[in-house]
Amino acid sequence: MSGPGDAGRGGGTDGTDGTDGAGGARAGRRRGARGEQPVVPRAEFREFSSYYGRPVLKRPTWQATDIAGYLWLGGLAGASSLAGAGAHATGRRQTARVLKSGAAGAISLSLAALVHDLGRPARFLNMLRVVKPTSPMNLGSWLLAGYAPLTFAAAASELSGRLARAGAAATASAAVLGPAVTTYTAVLLADTAVPSWHEGYRELPFVFAGSAATAAAGLGLLAAPCAVSGPMRRLAGAGAALEAVALRRMKRRMGLVAEPYERGSAGRLMRTAQTLGLGGAALALTAGRRSRAAAAVSGVALLTGSALLRFGVFHAGVASAEDPRYTVLPQRERMAARGDGTSGRSPAAGPGGAGGPGGGTGRRGAD
Amino acid sequence: MANGGSRGRRSGRARSGGTALAGPLRDVAGDAGHTGHPPRMGFFTDTSVCIGCKACEVACKEWNAVPGTGLGLTGMSYDNTGGLGADTWRHVAFVEQRKPLGGQETGAGHDGTDVFEAARRLGTDAASPGPGATAPTAAAAPPAAPAGEPPPAPDGRTELRWLMSSDVCKHCTHAACLDVCPTGSLFRTEFGTVVVQEDVCNGCGYCVPACPYGVIDQRAGDGRAWKCTLCYDRLGAGMEPACAKACPTDSIQFGPVDELRERARQRVARLHAAGVTEARLYGADEDDGVGGDGAFFLLLDEPEVYGLPPDPVVTTRDLPNMWRHAAAGALTLVALAAAGFAGARRSRP
Repeated sequence: MSGPGDAGRGGGTDGTDGTDGAGGARAGRRRGARGEQPVVPRAEFREFSSYYGRPVLKRPTWQATDIAGYLWLGGLAGASSLAGAGAHATGRRQTARVLKSGAAGAISLSLAALVHDLGRPARFLNMLRVVKPTSPMNLGSWLLAGYAPLTFAAAASELSGRLARAGAAATASAAVLGPAVTTYTAVLLADTAVPSWHEGYRELPFVFAGSAATAAAGLGLLAAPCAVSGPMRRLAGAGAALEAVALRRMKRRMGLVAEPYERGSAGRLMRTAQTLGLGGAALALTAGRRSRAAAAVSGVALLTGSALLRFGVFHAGVASAEDPRYTVLPQRERMAARGDGTSGRSPAAGPGGAGGPGGGTGRRGAD
Repeated sequence: MANGGSRGRRSGRARSGGTALAGPLRDVAGDAGHTGHPPRMGFFTDTSVCIGCKACEVACKEWNAVPGTGLGLTGMSYDNTGGLGADTWRHVAFVEQRKPLGGQETGAGHDGTDVFEAARRLGTDAASPGPGATAPTAAAAPPAAPAGEPPPAPDGRTELRWLMSSDVCKHCTHAACLDVCPTGSLFRTEFGTVVVQEDVCNGCGYCVPACPYGVIDQRAGDGRAWKCTLCYDRLGAGMEPACAKACPTDSIQFGPVDELRERARQRVARLHAAGVTEARLYGADEDDGVGGDGAFFLLLDEPEVYGLPPDPVVTTRDLPNMWRHAAAGALTLVALAAAGFAGARRSRP
């Protein structure tokens, strides 16, 4: 056949993956990707088969602005509730006022983004139809249903100066739920088949916790004079450090599927986010101690860096779902580590199952 | 955290090992709370007899009133459907390969024959009778060509084979789409299949990236998630699904999963005996990452050649661990904030 695709040819005939013959833009893009290489050279030339280079997984249907935006705003809200309670308890009224209002505002925008992203927004209340521990989105909906009103109450009491005791109770309760709101979103992403999300499930909550801490600290730094912002500066430093360390560990553990975090638009977002996060924290801890302007600049950098991190993680996951390489190769490696042969999945397949005419030689390193 | 609840809810039901979230599960419908239910039903798609007619695609669309997907040409093969999706619940994959189909060599390769030389020798000996002779004598018949792979032609071309396979929702034993669905729209039927309730689905899209096979998707303009129902309506009326009914070669076989698995094992053994050594089952092993598929396949090459993941795992298998890490992350955040405020002096308002 003169048709372009010899999808999945036998290993012996040539060394390429099935995408090579898939023609058109796809194959061109693949070669282009090879050209811009050696970020992570180890996997570049590993062979694998695919169905004309088409993805195995479905691309997430979520909109980046809605969902990555929610990941950021939810984290900002949760960490702000926590830091706001700290400011409240230590008598930093101005900081507390901004953080509590920020939490209420951010979670309101979050809810709007979440409803907006639904295919049937009018049915958003169906989220609370059941209680389902196997669904992070369901538990998250219940969590938000409990958390959001608390932030509203805390902010309303703070801003109006009324019902101080109820406001304090709401502040404390929001501070208890806030950290959960911040890190459950990591489970939300990781509990999918998307390779670059799922494989990071151990470290992603810590990445998000660190990133949210920098965002809340950034908001706090924008709010209050340097004299009372010591805790915010320390939170920024600790958050940025946690984020950087967790991210590093995550990428090291993930192996091949860490690639999407380093490439393309996701890679640029991640690098910019890291620069802004670490740079913002460093600025806060140095010039930010004395200069209100420097503190404000670092606050903006921290908030922006935290947002870009969520967009980077979001797009890295989407990129990993769109390329069959990130689905097939890690699974093949897993099978090889188990000592699973090429056709080992089938109990009925004999030991010669991998062979067949023309096959059996150099079959994609799976044996 | 959350897994405790899920274990508690599901404990005590029939299970043959594994946990509620992964591993083999004898009574799928029973685990979901059905009592007195029929046996688990499913598909065995034997791709070795698929002829790529796409009757299954058409029958599925017709019966389930699935919208059209336009008349685009992929330019990659006779497959212009592309893959499963919200509007494609059966998809016939066409794979073209330059290798012979095992056990189907004609034994009559003429690649070593020089026809001009043969013509020159016409009529000069008994093996090359001249014009007028109709057949060689039995004794002078040429020996059969050796079995095995025929030598390549001078241009390097060898045999060509088509692999055709009708893909469908796998109706996993542990279905990630069902696990993560926040509304309970996706549910386990009494037949052990996985179905979307379209009057409940709010289009959150969580099932889409959760599926390890890339089956379910959101329908454009509709917003809800759609996939194969294994013709739930027909099953309820004692009929077989439309695709299986329409399949002219019985490549798509419908029945109780236990029975289909046994039949599939016999079919693989028969193919192996016939020399088709690359035949293997996909999704029939209940020890795999999804606890086995309700719709499984006999393939003639690696799964990824057909666009299938070689070792799919239900993502919720790791969910208890995910919740533990999220809890640890949340506590770390509390610790960071506490440390931040710990050294601070009480500020005067």
